[in-house]
Amino acid sequence: MKGNEAIAHAAIRCGCDGYFGYPITPQSEVLETLALEKPWETTGMVVLQAESELASINMVYGGGASGKRCMTSSSSPGVALMQEGIAYMAGAEIPGLIVNVQRGGPGLGTIQPSQSDYFQATRGGGNGDYNVIVLAPASVQEMADFVDLAFELAFKYRNPAMILSDGIIGQMMEKLVLPPFKPRRTEAQIQEECPWATNGRKKERQPNILTSLELDSAIMEKKNLHLQAKYKEIKEKEVRFETLMCEDAEYLIVAFGSAARIGLKVVEMCREEGIKAGLLRPITLWPFPSEEIARLGQRVKGILSFEINAGQMVEDILMATNGQTPVAHYGRMGGVVPTPDEVIRALKEKLIK
Amino acid sequence: MKEEIIIAGFGGQGVLSMGKILAYAAMVEGKEVSWMPSYGPEQRGGTANVTVIVSDNRISSPILSMYDTAVILNQPSLEKFEPAIKPGGILIYDGYGISTPPTRKDITIYRIDAMDAAAEMKAAKAFNMIVLGGLLKVRPLVQINDVIHALRKTLPVRHHDLIPMNEAALRKGMDIISLVG
Repeated sequence: MKGNEAIAHAAIRCGCDGYFGYPITPQSEVLETLALEKPWETTGMVVLQAESELASINMVYGGGASGKRCMTSSSSPGVALMQEGIAYMAGAEIPGLIVNVQRGGPGLGTIQPSQSDYFQATRGGGNGDYNVIVLAPASVQEMADFVDLAFELAFKYRNPAMILSDGIIGQMMEKLVLPPFKPRRTEAQIQEECPWATNGRKKERQPNILTSLELDSAIMEKKNLHLQAKYKEIKEKEVRFETLMCEDAEYLIVAFGSAARIGLKVVEMCREEGIKAGLLRPITLWPFPSEEIARLGQRVKGILSFEINAGQMVEDILMATNGQTPVAHYGRMGGVVPTPDEVIRALKEKLIK
Repeated sequence: MKEEIIIAGFGGQGVLSMGKILAYAAMVEGKEVSWMPSYGPEQRGGTANVTVIVSDNRISSPILSMYDTAVILNQPSLEKFEPAIKPGGILIYDGYGISTPPTRKDITIYRIDAMDAAAEMKAAKAFNMIVLGGLLKVRPLVQINDVIHALRKTLPVRHHDLIPMNEAALRKGMDIISLVG
């Protein structure tokens, strides 16, 4: 199964209430698979091709406001269009899932894979001081597994969550075990889990108002402080990463998503040559595994940030290591995917010398 | 066991589906597999390729620089991938699409005239299964029975009447592949 198809199947299986999307390469199989599977006939999940990405994200905003598990998916330029809606969701604390199957940019760019939306995903992209929880799947299995995880985190913290994938993981086929089937929540369950939701006012409670607008700056600052406290809690509790062959590593490769797959091959090839390399794969890009990178940074001779972009995550690594460890970046742009060979060459030229 | 394979040719030759059926059959046999297409503005007549990896262990990169085995179905793909075969590796090509044959001495080269055989069998659509049969003869990665099972799983039910023809094509490929030089 393709990564994009796995996203669609996982959405149906995790009790997703609504999918709103607009086709774009290389993620179109998400909507196509949902259209083939017709979940509206089985679980009652709504699947709608919206008229644009702007409409999709605002449908997710509306659905999420009523406590429903709603999601959209797109690729880089489409996700750029959604940034206003994502910032509004962050401001109004509305949970929801956005899947970005990245392609090369900037602008319309290319349809080939890229990881150049790291900044867009982890630095906001919309306006204001906010963060989105960002998960980076590195396999078709994780494409499936992260859908439910992203919804769980989004509802736990009342915050938008994003799956940041790319054209490689979206288009490749691997074997996977589909997650177990979980029914959609009943209205009563939603009432209980989401007392804040705007799902029809009962006489016994005050109206719930969900908005990102507040004209009184004293109140708005309080709201921001509340958001910052929440982000701090997420940073403390939700960092996820994987380390491979790091125990005795002299050189550390940090890579996420598809680049981590290529990075693992690089580590295997290095070990065959007698170079002690290890791989750290951030699974959450925000919150970023800064502490673990700082800890490993103390022990290694150098860190290579390998990303399929011009150098974005490398900034987080530099902040984490704070000048204590030599850090270099290697990447390609515009839809060109580096081969393991050229990454090894870069590692040797930039760090081993 | 790990086999890293590139299958490359013209769009419309069934390159991607051949890779998919091979990967599916290997998955049925409990192997780890990955199938990575060159996706993009490919079309009938353009070039298309797919990287298939079959392994006993977790597969790292789905994208590779060097391959154990290359299945080459046209001239541009030969020029691109002949240098990317590991020393001691295997190259299989269809003579129909190749005007300048491969020259490397440090790999084993096989030729399969699958295009001609498909025309003879009046089974142009089973061309890719002839090629797959040839590949499986020289690299027995999966059992024919599992390939048939994979066909049943990946072909839409309305095309299941074509499975016997595909099986014949697989066996034809096994018969006609020949060592070069």
